[in-house]
Amino acid sequence: MDKFTTLTGIAAPMPLLNIDTDMIIPKQFLKTIKRSGLGVNLFDEMRYTQDGKEIPTFVLNQPAYRKAEIIVAGDNFGCGSSREHAPWALLDFGIRAVISTSFADIFYSNCFKNGILPIVLPKAAVEVLMADAQKGANARITVDLEQQTVTASDGQSFAFDVDPFKKHCLLNGLDDIGLTLEKVKAIDTFEAAAAQSRPWV
Amino acid sequence: MTALKTLYDKIWDAHVAQEDADGTCLLYIDRHLVHEVTSPQAFEGLRLAGRPVRAPEKTIAVPDHNVPTTLDREKGIENEESRIQVEALDKNARDFGVNYYPVSDIRQGIVHIVGPEQGWTLPGMTVVCGDSHTATHGAFGALAHGIGTSEVEHVLATQTLIQKKSKNMKVEITGHLRPGVTAKDITLSVIGATGTAGGTGYVIEYCGQAIRDLSMEGRMTVCNMAIEGGARAGIIAPDQKTFDYCMGRPHAPKGAQWEAAVTWWKTLFTDEGAHFDKVVTLKGEDIAPVVTWGTSPEDVLPITATVPAPESFTGGKVEAAQRALDYMGLTAGQKLTDIQIDTVFIGSCTNGRIEDLRAAAAVLKGKKIKAGMRAMVVPGSGLVRAQAEEEGLAQIFIDAGFEWRLAGCSMCLAMNPDQLAPGERCAATSNRNFEGRQGRGGRTHLLSPAMAAAAAITGHLTDIREMM
Ligand code: SF4
Repeated sequence: MDKFTTLTGIAAPMPLLNIDTDMIIPKQFLKTIKRSGLGVNLFDEMRYTQDGKEIPTFVLNQPAYRKAEIIVAGDNFGCGSSREHAPWALLDFGIRAVISTSFADIFYSNCFKNGILPIVLPKAAVEVLMADAQKGANARITVDLEQQTVTASDGQSFAFDVDPFKKHCLLNGLDDIGLTLEKVKAIDTFEAAAAQSRPWV
Repeated sequence: MTALKTLYDKIWDAHVAQEDADGTCLLYIDRHLVHEVTSPQAFEGLRLAGRPVRAPEKTIAVPDHNVPTTLDREKGIENEESRIQVEALDKNARDFGVNYYPVSDIRQGIVHIVGPEQGWTLPGMTVVCGDSHTATHGAFGALAHGIGTSEVEHVLATQTLIQKKSKNMKVEITGHLRPGVTAKDITLSVIGATGTAGGTGYVIEYCGQAIRDLSMEGRMTVCNMAIEGGARAGIIAPDQKTFDYCMGRPHAPKGAQWEAAVTWWKTLFTDEGAHFDKVVTLKGEDIAPVVTWGTSPEDVLPITATVPAPESFTGGKVEAAQRALDYMGLTAGQKLTDIQIDTVFIGSCTNGRIEDLRAAAAVLKGKKIKAGMRAMVVPGSGLVRAQAEEEGLAQIFIDAGFEWRLAGCSMCLAMNPDQLAPGERCAATSNRNFEGRQGRGGRTHLLSPAMAAAAAITGHLTDIREMM
């Protein structure tokens, strides 16, 4: 997994509420057995017409936002299914951070496993950043994970919360499985005890 | 005195293998269900790292999302990518030695229907699957939730998950349901009341008389949609009905182990006075048969209502409602019962169990669906299908004009050829009405199996109470 430390980039405004995982990556693209290559189909049904032409009004098709690395989104981003294809598609497109007032639970945790930082901020802060993002490619937003801040192009800065363990893994690009396997003794002990107390499991 | 605990607290505490100072836990997983869409990359990860599956005997795989549900399915899967995905699961299940129900097995079906049916899901367990509707298994008093593919790989390799505890939320449905009102109406009404983000950060315990009164099938329907309410999981305390359902299932304990299991299961309830961080109470008597009008499961109204005006909402929801009406091709003020339906889909992990088919068949018996209507029943598993045939339900559906399909996810998410055309309007017993969910441009109204059957007959959304 790629590390995430700081990022200064173009932010695409997507004020719509409840952007769900079916919008982020429609099911016809879930048939892959790979993790890569999904970026062209990110937001497919909002981004292209039925015959595959770009819809010019869609934000990521606009010249200013084609290289966006951040999305500022409406409430409850990523609701719906557990498909990790959603963060894979975002990452493959080049998105490394998403800012919203709230995220769906599974999507939120899937982001961290893929080097994407989901940032929860209060409504007022998201509104400032949304307005900033709407200014186009000249308004760059800076995300600093170490300092836990998001800074708008005019220098206004907002602090955000992040779980210390998740932050540590993301800052260092650590693989969860490797970390857990270092604790294999605890798992062995638990399993042996459970085999006694709940043998039917 | 020991601290008062909720049901969630009790199951959580019984599964913590290690806790770090900051509250991050390694949670031991008792059952890991796997399907073909969210697992290939996880198995590939194991192969690349040279890691085995730690507990193949606790891992259960079944293909469901991509499989054709038409009667000619033994001729194979036409779509190449779908076929590759199912073949990858065949191979991974074999190579890693996990329990497996291939397409050809009568026990094959939707993963969340197969798990309980085979007795893999039992009270007090932790159950995960790379699928958000894993919440279904909470009906047994199990802590069950969906995970992403990286976590699937993590569970395969370590039989644990790295987790922090969620908060406790109680949803109580008091009193009794009125005639025509079902588990589906309860769960949709709760989402209508709390919103799709209302449960974010919580595990919901459903309780109250109306929940107690539900069958296990009904309880699964309620918990299934906890995820649409934003919750990590939904859970219902086990009782005699739960034990009766589990007893004698292929993977349920037997003899002395059964006795020991039931003794422990009987301790799985929320202690009187235990703390909940959020409480929502609905009166059973107040719940009506409902349908969704928009493109979010929170867009729920009683069937007697009219399509709402976007201006009746506040904040960003005004815009979202306008977008939903445009997408759904509806106008504010239109009566919900005037909405004409093209297609009816009965099935999915929400409402693809035997009781759901019975409820729909009871409405359809001796009747015909509206001319020109496309209607299908997709049983949740091969065994549900067989039972429905034995009970004569299949014939009722066929006589009424429904297609009688083989088991799978089918039109719930339309990954197989069963899809809506742009603008086609569907009354569906599934769980998501998102834009494009059932096919690009397709329009979905969520409702109960009985209401779906009623709409198939009349050709429009219908108040089931008028047909009773
Ligand atoms: S029936 Fe629908 S919701 Fe259930 S597992 Fe299948 S696709 Fe998901």
